Amino acid sequence: MQNAEAAQAGLQSIPALLARNAERFGNRPAYREKEFGIWQSWTWAEAADEIRALALGFLVLGLNRGDHVAIIGRNRPAHYWAMVAAQMCGAVPVPLYQDAVAEEMAYVLDHCGARFVVCGDQEQVDKVLEVGARAPSVEHVVYTDKRGMRKYDHSRMNALADVQAEGRAAQQRLGHELDARIAELGYDDTCVMLYTSGTTGKPKGVVLSNRNIIETGKNTASFDHLTAREEVLAYLPMAWVGDFIFSVGQAYWAGFTVNCPEGVHTMMTDLREIGPTYFFAPPRVFEGQLTSVMIRMEDAGRFKRWLFRHYMEIARRVGPALLDGKPVGALDRLRYGLGNLLVYGPLKNTLGYSRIRVGYTAGEAIGPEIFDFYRSLGINLKQLYGQTEASVFITQQPDGQVRSDTVGVPSPGVELKIAESGEVFYRSPGTFVEYYNNPDSTASTKDAEGWVATGDAGFFEEASGHLRIIDRAKDVGRMADGRMFAPKYVENKLKFYPNILEAVVFGAGRDMCTAFINIDLTAVGNWAERNNIAYASYQELAGHPQVYATIKQHVEAVNESVAADPMLSGCQISRFLVLHKELDPDDGEMTRTRKVRRNIIAEKYADLIEALYDGRDTVSTRTEVTYEDGRKGEIRATLKIEDARTFPTQTMQKVAAE
Amino acid sequence: MTMQEGYTTADGRQIGGVLMDLRNITLRFGGVTAIKDISFDIREGEIRAIIGPNGAGKSSMLNVISGFYVPQEGEIWFKGYRRGPMKPYEVARLGIARTFQNIALFDGMSVLDNIMTGRLNMMKAPIWSQALWWGRAEREEVENREQVEKIIDFLEIQNIRKTPVGRLPYGLKKRVELARALAAEPRILLLDEPMAGMNVEEKEDMCRFILDVNDEFGTTIALIEHDMGVVMDLSDRVVVMDYGRKIGDGTPDEVRSNPEVISAYLGVAHE
Repeated sequence: MQNAEAAQAGLQSIPALLARNAERFGNRPAYREKEFGIWQSWTWAEAADEIRALALGFLVLGLNRGDHVAIIGRNRPAHYWAMVAAQMCGAVPVPLYQDAVAEEMAYVLDHCGARFVVCGDQEQVDKVLEVGARAPSVEHVVYTDKRGMRKYDHSRMNALADVQAEGRAAQQRLGHELDARIAELGYDDTCVMLYTSGTTGKPKGVVLSNRNIIETGKNTASFDHLTAREEVLAYLPMAWVGDFIFSVGQAYWAGFTVNCPEGVHTMMTDLREIGPTYFFAPPRVFEGQLTSVMIRMEDAGRFKRWLFRHYMEIARRVGPALLDGKPVGALDRLRYGLGNLLVYGPLKNTLGYSRIRVGYTAGEAIGPEIFDFYRSLGINLKQLYGQTEASVFITQQPDGQVRSDTVGVPSPGVELKIAESGEVFYRSPGTFVEYYNNPDSTASTKDAEGWVATGDAGFFEEASGHLRIIDRAKDVGRMADGRMFAPKYVENKLKFYPNILEAVVFGAGRDMCTAFINIDLTAVGNWAERNNIAYASYQELAGHPQVYATIKQHVEAVNESVAADPMLSGCQISRFLVLHKELDPDDGEMTRTRKVRRNIIAEKYADLIEALYDGRDTVSTRTEVTYEDGRKGEIRATLKIEDARTFPTQTMQKVAAE
Repeated sequence: MTMQEGYTTADGRQIGGVLMDLRNITLRFGGVTAIKDISFDIREGEIRAIIGPNGAGKSSMLNVISGFYVPQEGEIWFKGYRRGPMKPYEVARLGIARTFQNIALFDGMSVLDNIMTGRLNMMKAPIWSQALWWGRAEREEVENREQVEKIIDFLEIQNIRKTPVGRLPYGLKKRVELARALAAEPRILLLDEPMAGMNVEEKEDMCRFILDVNDEFGTTIALIEHDMGVVMDLSDRVVVMDYGRKIGDGTPDEVRSNPEVISAYLGVAHE
């Protein structure tokens, strides 16, 4: 058995994998980070040395077995080192979302009882200090960036570099202790604890064992043939399970290079410079890139626009077939080759996808047109379906079997079943151990045989054996007349339009569906600029009659396409409004991973929903907003409500049996 | 003033001796007296603000400090020496750098190149070497680029390093201007209305940067600002001007309770 193999090789923990990599790939780059305008790099041997120094430093500070070490900061090598160093000491790393406000942080720090907190910079340190007595377990703060930290009381605070220096000095004294602790690490010991943002309720601490992470890393690395030569860009929040799997699990298993961007805002430039071979991004990143490409094409000259349109048409027809290795005529191949020279190649280079071998998207459904755009360029973009509790992978698409409306076949080692209710259940080596200090939730999520409910409704396609997800199981409902209501299905169609950033559809238990729309300021702002439409604020632009007219066209186009699906045709939107503010995680309207929190929105904007259903033309409202620094304010607005045309269900048309 | 040896601020920073001493400065433009017999000093490591209503003579005062205007009367002592009229490059060599009220950057050049111009004084290679980018010129450029990158990192403008300045929004241009001034590694940094025209968030950022510059590099800062709230929070000592005269000088608290300052700002009826 593969399990036994790994166990025999002694590769039962991340520190053990580190030691192997330092030996086997000693001179290959393990980490790169752009700093002061230059990519700095560390080989596996150097990284192992840095991590060991940090671990010894933690021992000097008194880190005990079983302690929790919180890590709050952007993706930097030092923060990944801190996680592995904590593991070496027998402690559990707990990465947190760096944009969380102090209250959220207080809950998590207190819940896991973190004794050590590693902070990226002064901003994070300030938050931890603000939390203060609400998380009494915190004893030591270690910070990475020294800037602005000189005046702080350092009696319980240290710079990470200083901790490493102390660790190096203590090598003789504590080296044996550290080696002993590393040797103790077992396959079923906790590897990491990750808090799920959760669309409802308080975050839960998902405990993942070494077995979960390493088995998942191993299985999925072989699924996509990942080698030590891959380059990834680590830019997604460290607190998110995906980043841990890609930048730690798979990276340590396969021994590839993790590249950290210079800052939050430089990600696109850094992506271009690195040109990753293996890339993950949520749909919104791909959407954002496509939007910016389209905006720039609108601004281009007539010839360039023609060239782009002409060759994208060919790409749409030929590209995906070429990627999937299907037969393509010689003439089409020639045309595609020419297009590659003139358009696709330069475009991919601009986007940073020149070298990409495997790309994944997940988290939300991706608009088919967006998905096809990237695939037609020859980028092997695939979908996967997963969650924190599964160590990410539940299903994924094998090369050559990629479609935008399915999420693929079960990942290696994963068993799937679909319950009577349509809910998807899985069981896998990556299945989490438990929710930390929450046996009730653990029991209600994972049954005695290890089956876990995903909370999503879906079905297997008979022809291909691929899984299709319809919506969150709890969101799928019935309308007043019994027709099926799947809000996300419609929202995703709406969000495909570059002008629409977010949409929230209502209709469960009602006689018609209605929607809130959020405009995309980048796209709509650009449009306004080109058409000489002046606006002073987001609110003003959102309420502009021409914006409403455009959105109305989009809504009606979506209605027409929804009408084509007899099962879901009831979900056509009869009335909508454009929201006066962007839905924001700081206001609790979305999760930190930017998933819409339906219930909170429904509660907060109850007055608007009421107006959508009682036939009024306008509605006045006040909304509380939270600024980035945590202060609260209020915006008032009068919103217009617009009717949209709906279409009769096309029962006669046969839906292609794919 | 009695504090010859410096003082300690409320937040525990050690302020040194007098860096610049302005004695009985009077500046006239023809018949208009812009500055009338003003004396004050700027100490090593402090943040010194000059405030006053419109037309009080603040910008003129800053121009006197920077050596752009030469006052008709009075003396300027800098680092213990009396300073005569100077050419702009001499001012820069003395370690005085400034930003402008109406941004003065090269719009067509990238952010990086704009900041590099702040270090021209440190590049000593002969012109042929610079033209060929060989030998000393290359070494110097690399050294200076390193310093500039530290400033870029410090002011968090990595993402616009290669962007032409003309394409940047106002708040960022201000930050680039600050970066260019910092690139000269000044002893004293003059900021002419650094927050003018900024929104609340940009102001907060700018305040943080000014404090950090002062804290991290120990740079002495003299600034003019309209926004009273900002000035009072930021500065160690404040000079208040009105109609070219000095009507107050001291810590923010002292200035705030000065009756003459209150009447100048709130418009209490003059007797």
